[in-house]
Amino acid sequence: MKENKKRFLKGGLGQLTIPVIAVALLVIFNLIRDPGFFSISITHNNYGNAVLAGNLISIINGASELAILAIGMTLVTAATKGQDISVGAAAAIAGSVFVKVLKSASSISVGTVILAFLCAAVVAMLFGAFNGTLVAVFGIQPMIATLILYTCGRSIAYWINGGATPTVESPIISAIGSFAPGIPIPMPVIIVIVVTILFKLLFHFTSLEILTQSVGINQSAARLNGINTTFIKLLSFILLGVCVAVSGCIGVSRLGLINHETLLLDVEMDAILAVAIGGNSLGGGKFKISGSIIGAYVIQMLTITLYAMKVSSTDVKAYKAIVIVLLVVIGSPVVKQRFQKFMGNLKKGKSETKGVEGA
Amino acid sequence: MKFFKNKRKEPLTDTQLLMTITICIFVAMYLLAMLLLQGGFLHAQQIFDLLNDNASLIIVSCGLTIVMIGGGIDISVGAVTSLVTMSSILYLNGGGNVFMSVLLSLGIGLAFGLVHGFLISYLEIQPFIVTLAGMFFARGMTTILSVNPQKIDNEAFNAVRESKIEIPWLGYVAKNGNLVPARMELGVVIALVCVALVFVLLKFLKPGRNLYAMGGNQTSALMLGINVKRTRFMSYIISGVLSGISGFVLMLHTGAGNATNAAGMEMNAIASSIIGGTLLTGGVGNVIGTFFGTLTLTTIKKIVVSSGLKDPWWQSITTGGMLCFFILLQSIVLSRRNKK
Repeated sequence: MKENKKRFLKGGLGQLTIPVIAVALLVIFNLIRDPGFFSISITHNNYGNAVLAGNLISIINGASELAILAIGMTLVTAATKGQDISVGAAAAIAGSVFVKVLKSASSISVGTVILAFLCAAVVAMLFGAFNGTLVAVFGIQPMIATLILYTCGRSIAYWINGGATPTVESPIISAIGSFAPGIPIPMPVIIVIVVTILFKLLFHFTSLEILTQSVGINQSAARLNGINTTFIKLLSFILLGVCVAVSGCIGVSRLGLINHETLLLDVEMDAILAVAIGGNSLGGGKFKISGSIIGAYVIQMLTITLYAMKVSSTDVKAYKAIVIVLLVVIGSPVVKQRFQKFMGNLKKGKSETKGVEGA
Repeated sequence: MKFFKNKRKEPLTDTQLLMTITICIFVAMYLLAMLLLQGGFLHAQQIFDLLNDNASLIIVSCGLTIVMIGGGIDISVGAVTSLVTMSSILYLNGGGNVFMSVLLSLGIGLAFGLVHGFLISYLEIQPFIVTLAGMFFARGMTTILSVNPQKIDNEAFNAVRESKIEIPWLGYVAKNGNLVPARMELGVVIALVCVALVFVLLKFLKPGRNLYAMGGNQTSALMLGINVKRTRFMSYIISGVLSGISGFVLMLHTGAGNATNAAGMEMNAIASSIIGGTLLTGGVGNVIGTFFGTLTLTTIKKIVVSSGLKDPWWQSITTGGMLCFFILLQSIVLSRRNKK
């Protein structure tokens, strides 16, 4: 995360003002409350590996699924001006397929895990394509189109494994969910880094980023310029499907079982929140993947901070809500304008506030 | 009179067309259920059961329709409903009186509406995020109030709860020869009054018409001299108050407070509004359609259960399928109309 921060400071804060302020506030708050909050220690886990432990590690580790989903959600938000609320349900489906394939194999090797993941990814991409078709071809608003899968997704997941919550026991699966032998960094964190790099490469070698932005900013203008808007929208949903499959498989590997009711429960709301905290407009257009990823870590840091303050897991939501409201009020264009008038032209970059109309 | 004459000549508006489709499908579905499944569907009580069970959903959907016509969204409604039931029950069990508990319910709803409305219309924050925060806050507060389910223990309230409206001529003769009258709970009356009030607001009153104008095109509404901010503020306040009422009605129905009360209600309410022909983009919608949308949504669940598909996952899969059908239908109908 430190690495991220440096990069942003160099490139100017811009839309990353809110997430960076949020991270800074949380870090300062935690340091005042408990100076040793971010200390990292090395312990040995059950398998005898030397692994890193500490609050910072659990924050970065715990936010992995959310961060991956936030990447895909940013793309969908930017291209379609709406959000996919079915990611939790789709992740449950992907996880169920993952477990189903692993269960049907006689023994679990690296090959079968990769095969299972590929199957899960294909299924998740198909469901993504379903959502994408409704949005791109039929012109239905994303939130409504994905409401269908949100309603019935977990039931489909239930049906895949015949209603049971099967467990998978394998050193490979537990390595994916926690620590691989010899590597002190949690495996999910490495997966997040890999996925982020893959997306960065995708944006670097293709013009997907600018195409997505132009579709989100003005669809008809984009079409007149020869951009296949339908395809771009569909593609954003399919890419989200890949992200969903990755996070679903991480979620399954963490516990070593699939519970279709609770796997990544309510993650869709957190993912959308991560996108918004990252300074991206929920009304589409310009986006920054890095903002959404920091947004995901902000949410997790907030949660861990609250846990450390002995807030029970069910009550966390209420405090989370207060912090969210504070953050968005600070980031709101009206407040920013007032602040700017008050402070004069201290920061010129701030005036580029985005449109406010949400979905 | 001139007003009506002019109106007749016009073809159906989008709002009316979508609503008509919903009502037709609901009637067809119910008649089909009567023919094929028979059983409970032949009794009038079935309709009243639907209403009794879903009075609070109907109320919440009305509020959501208003917000959606204005081009916004409110996903906090279910959580606020849950918070209202929990806090009112704790208040009543602590020896409070019924009238004050009504005020408490309205007050909580109003408070949420005020905060949401202020943040969304005057600070211009995205409605999804604001109401998401509201949802988190209400759910969190509910568990802070009590993690354990609470049962109502207040005589005056139970008396109100037990009072049901009986309609003898719609009843049926039971096997032992007694006449069982159709029973309707108090909550249904409240729900129907809410539907009627919202209908009048949207159809005949100035704020309602402003709301359609604002949802259709905000810039033109602004140029017409409509106070867009105040109209939006109002829509969230109404939605909040209706969530408060819905919480009270849910309490009347279940008589218990539970942290998982009204779970997923916001999505059911959104689905009801959509089935009823409200578009999330704003400017199109009708509360009567929403009312039938709720009935359609709940009838399909009832049909699934009574046709022997008892597995819990059948309900949500058929609901999803039906949603898909309605959404596609609307999209096709609207795009064909636009082409003409």
